[in-house]
Amino acid sequence: MLTSPEALFAIAGMAIVTLLVKAGGLLLADRLPRHGFAASWLRHIPGAVLASLVAPAIVTGSAAELLAALATALVFFVTRNLFAAMAAGVAGVYFARLALGI
Amino acid sequence: MHAPAPPASWTLDQFFAGARACIPVAISVAAYGIVWGVLAKQAGLSLFEVALMSGLVFAGSAQFVALDLWTATPASLPIGPLILAALIVNLRYLLLTATLRPLFRSNEMPRGTAMMWLVTDENWAMTVGEMAKGRGTPAFLLGGGVLAWCCWMASTVSGRLLGSIIDDPTTYGLDFAFTATFLALLLGMWKGRGDLIPWLVAAIAAIAAARLIEGSWYILIGGIAGSLAGAVAERMRVRADQS
Repeated sequence: MLTSPEALFAIAGMAIVTLLVKAGGLLLADRLPRHGFAASWLRHIPGAVLASLVAPAIVTGSAAELLAALATALVFFVTRNLFAAMAAGVAGVYFARLALGI
Repeated sequence: MHAPAPPASWTLDQFFAGARACIPVAISVAAYGIVWGVLAKQAGLSLFEVALMSGLVFAGSAQFVALDLWTATPASLPIGPLILAALIVNLRYLLLTATLRPLFRSNEMPRGTAMMWLVTDENWAMTVGEMAKGRGTPAFLLGGGVLAWCCWMASTVSGRLLGSIIDDPTTYGLDFAFTATFLALLLGMWKGRGDLIPWLVAAIAAIAAARLIEGSWYILIGGIAGSLAGAVAERMRVRADQS
């Protein structure tokens, strides 16, 4: 079975709404004033979104992720290298989970 | 107080710099792509449908949600709910792409709008990290997007072809590759005490939302709460300085 008209409709629809949302953010930002409150708000979005992406994955109730996050931060402050920080985090969470028996 | 428009450099150098910057997270993208491909086979997607969805929709979390709704028989496929779920899961991209506006000059907006298709959490994060340092170009964003697209396409198709149960990414700690990279990026964006309030509010709101609400709402909720808190705090400081 290659595909069906229903599946094609569903996939096309999903692709269109996804693209509309992605393009919508850029186009809405184009309408916002470049000064004042709106500009301050836009400037604070990247940090806030990154913090939101990261925080629930670190504070999981288990110590493994907290320890791995500490290792990531430590290696990043010493090396200033993203790849090294990522490797420290992955190795850290792997060994911490092994040690804690998760 | 306004961010200067960065030079519009559509160079190959910037393209490859963007692709290189995304390599750490591409590993994690590929690990999840393989898992998605395996699950897609179990959900009844054909190889063609896997390639089509990965290539066109190109949004990991929306595609995972779609598998819960997918049915092997076309007649019972819930087309409306599938589209609605993709819309809801991807709403957070409104926030992400809004921050990319300074990358483009006014006359580059049509091209920029088309490029938004290739925006993912990964190349967005790397690009805003660059922008925070006064760098960052459309080509940088594009390079990361093309790398992420190729990784996602190759890994989801491989997973569909393998089709067997392979290990969960958590086994090797690969689930933490995103978290660790984004954490390091966030730390690199620290500019001073003005960042403390938005980041803390975002983190607390996201943790609470993740516990209370199913799905990826926590990113949108934390992102909006944190950025508004940051803007309010900044305005209050400005007003205090003036008086």
